[in-house]
Amino acid sequence: MSSVFSISRFAAIASKEFIQMRRDRLTFAMVLGIPLMQLVLFGFAINSDPRHLPTAVLIQDHSPLSRSLTQAMVNSDYFDFTAVLQSEAAATRAIERGDVQFVLQIPPGFARDVLRGDRPQLLVLADATDPAATSQALGSLRQLLNRVLERELTGPNAWLRTGPPAAELVVHAAYNPEGISQYNIVPGLMGVVLTMTMVLITALAITRESERGTMENLLATLVRPLEVTLGKIVPYILMGYVQAGLILLAARYLFEVPMFGSLTLLLAVMFVFIVANLAIGITFSTIARNQLQAMQMGFFFFLPSILLSGFMFPFRGMPIWAQHLGQVLPLTHFLRIVRGILLKGNTLTTIAPEILPMGAFAVVALAIGLTRFRQTLD
Amino acid sequence: MSTTQHAPIIDVTGITKSFDEKVVVHEIAMQVLPGEIYGFLGPNGSGKTTFLRMLCGLLRPDRGSGTCLGFDILTQALEIKRRVGYMTQRFSYYEDLSLRENLDFVARMYGLAQRRQAVDASLERLGLAGRQKQLAGELSGGWKQRLALAACLLHQPSLLLLDEPTAGVDPSARREFWEEIHGLAADGLTVMITTHYMDEAERCHRLAYIAYGRLMAQGTVQEVIDGAGLVTYQIAGGSQPATSAKLRSSPAIAQAVAFGNSLHVSGHDRAAMEAAFRELLTPEQTWTPQPSELEDVFISLMKQAEDNFR
Ligand SMILES: Nc1ncnc2c1ncn2[C@@H]1O[C@H](COP(=O)(O)OP(=O)(O)OP(=O)(O)O)[C@@H](O)[C@H]1O
Ligand SMILES: [Mg+2]
Repeated sequence: MSSVFSISRFAAIASKEFIQMRRDRLTFAMVLGIPLMQLVLFGFAINSDPRHLPTAVLIQDHSPLSRSLTQAMVNSDYFDFTAVLQSEAAATRAIERGDVQFVLQIPPGFARDVLRGDRPQLLVLADATDPAATSQALGSLRQLLNRVLERELTGPNAWLRTGPPAAELVVHAAYNPEGISQYNIVPGLMGVVLTMTMVLITALAITRESERGTMENLLATLVRPLEVTLGKIVPYILMGYVQAGLILLAARYLFEVPMFGSLTLLLAVMFVFIVANLAIGITFSTIARNQLQAMQMGFFFFLPSILLSGFMFPFRGMPIWAQHLGQVLPLTHFLRIVRGILLKGNTLTTIAPEILPMGAFAVVALAIGLTRFRQTLD
Repeated sequence: MSTTQHAPIIDVTGITKSFDEKVVVHEIAMQVLPGEIYGFLGPNGSGKTTFLRMLCGLLRPDRGSGTCLGFDILTQALEIKRRVGYMTQRFSYYEDLSLRENLDFVARMYGLAQRRQAVDASLERLGLAGRQKQLAGELSGGWKQRLALAACLLHQPSLLLLDEPTAGVDPSARREFWEEIHGLAADGLTVMITTHYMDEAERCHRLAYIAYGRLMAQGTVQEVIDGAGLVTYQIAGGSQPATSAKLRSSPAIAQAVAFGNSLHVSGHDRAAMEAAFRELLTPEQTWTPQPSELEDVFISLMKQAEDNFR
């Protein structure tokens, strides 16, 4: 009797798949092209540097220091003062309505406290829905404040220039408490690109066999479903790592994303994520009748992944039902993992709760794919 | 050996298959003996491919039962696959793999022990050795067909199911192909082959004709011809299109087909046909009886099926 699984038949399929992958220019273009394209679209688009952002001021300390600070902000081109507010309630409203991108609040006694060496806080309320718009401006504000202090603190006050900054800039980011920035987006792109290519590529790899008629021959041999499924998954796991490597390199050297955690840990956990995506691709391929349908299903999966995973919109800002849906998607968990490892230096114990749902997704998808895989042409 | 010698290689009854409510194969019973070359003929869409697929476990019959090589076609598909070489109607090897890679892949799928030697021998025997590095997609039709045959012989099957293997192949390549098939049959291989060519039908030991999924006739060429009870005349002279139109309108005439400068006219009742000739033909036209040919019989069978089952 033929066993349910034969290593040599599995190896035959995997190596055949490798050869085909090598010869298929389109697949190759997809593997290298999609990450590059996404990096350009998301990575560089985010590096854009918008200026003249509408800003309101709530000045409760009318001192020369305050005046020279606001003047410096206008001079920087990043901020256009469009309104002068009288209360904190008005400030919140202005942000809520989207009238302004920032509200600068100079608290009462600011200048006095600086001179005393109390290191008072300078408050900025930012509408961070679009992190691309705010990150550069806020960065410049920080430098600007230091420069102004540097200039103003002369003579007897010069001692304040040594030690910690004489005033502290505190930013309250409304709508985007997680503070998504390009640091967040480039690692996130790794998950997005992997989702897109891994799902599509396996879905296509199997439907292609049906469409070209080669499936009939394959099924006429002694091949078993598990051999086909695994044989089609393994080559693409390697491909996924190539893509991830590409993006990691770009993140490190092009976008200078900090990497605090262990790369080894990241690559290990990535395995579960890649398998989960390949498995859903396999499942799609058992439902789709042709490559076009497989492609459509791929996008059907890709859209919620990108929208509900916390890549596009902050996860905690989404309605509860959307969060529940998002929890199911592997990308949601992978995003937390990759951001956690790279940006926060998370270790295995911290990210373990995110691995489990990805693994469960992979197992379920694979099981559905295997049971649906038709051993006949019916 | 002697007991299995005469046990049928294919022995099925009542095989029925529908796709979306449409019956494609209807109650087919068939026996094929060891070493036979069994021809399987029928018009396009009559269910030949579907029937072959059910024999080798690629499709599951809705009804019916039987054995292939002594194994149950419903429950022992893997045992059957191990011993059957199936050549699909449409070329279905990997066009982006070379000849050798394709054969090697098939050899691995069947778990052949001496893989390298088997692939070498197969390339050599079919005269493909010189082209082993070529991609299968770059081959011409005739070479693709050779590759497909080589591939389905690789695991030394006891039964070959060939689905229109010679479609689109030139006459001399077809002749070579049939010599190969006869050689294999002489070595004890059983071959079931579908075709639309009459000359190929005549090269089979026995044949079956199906139309609209029903088995209309089976037996040796002579048995099929005799069984049809068809009477055929050759008519010479006169204007062909006009004559055949005239004759077809007569109930005694089943069909009138142009063959070169003459007409082949068939029917079932000799006396009624001759009466029709006397009535409808002009004096300068002559009619002479001649033996019915396979093609006359098939066309008549197809018409019958059309009348009864469409
Ligand atoms: N998988 C399928 N799903 C639905 N209908 C099918 C399927 N396979 C075959 N058919 C239909 O069954 C009928 C018989 O097809 P089949 O391929 O068996 O005919 P055939 O005798 O091999 O024809 P040909 O000589 O053209 O190869 C056709 O009408 C075809 O459209
Ligand atoms: Mg057919």
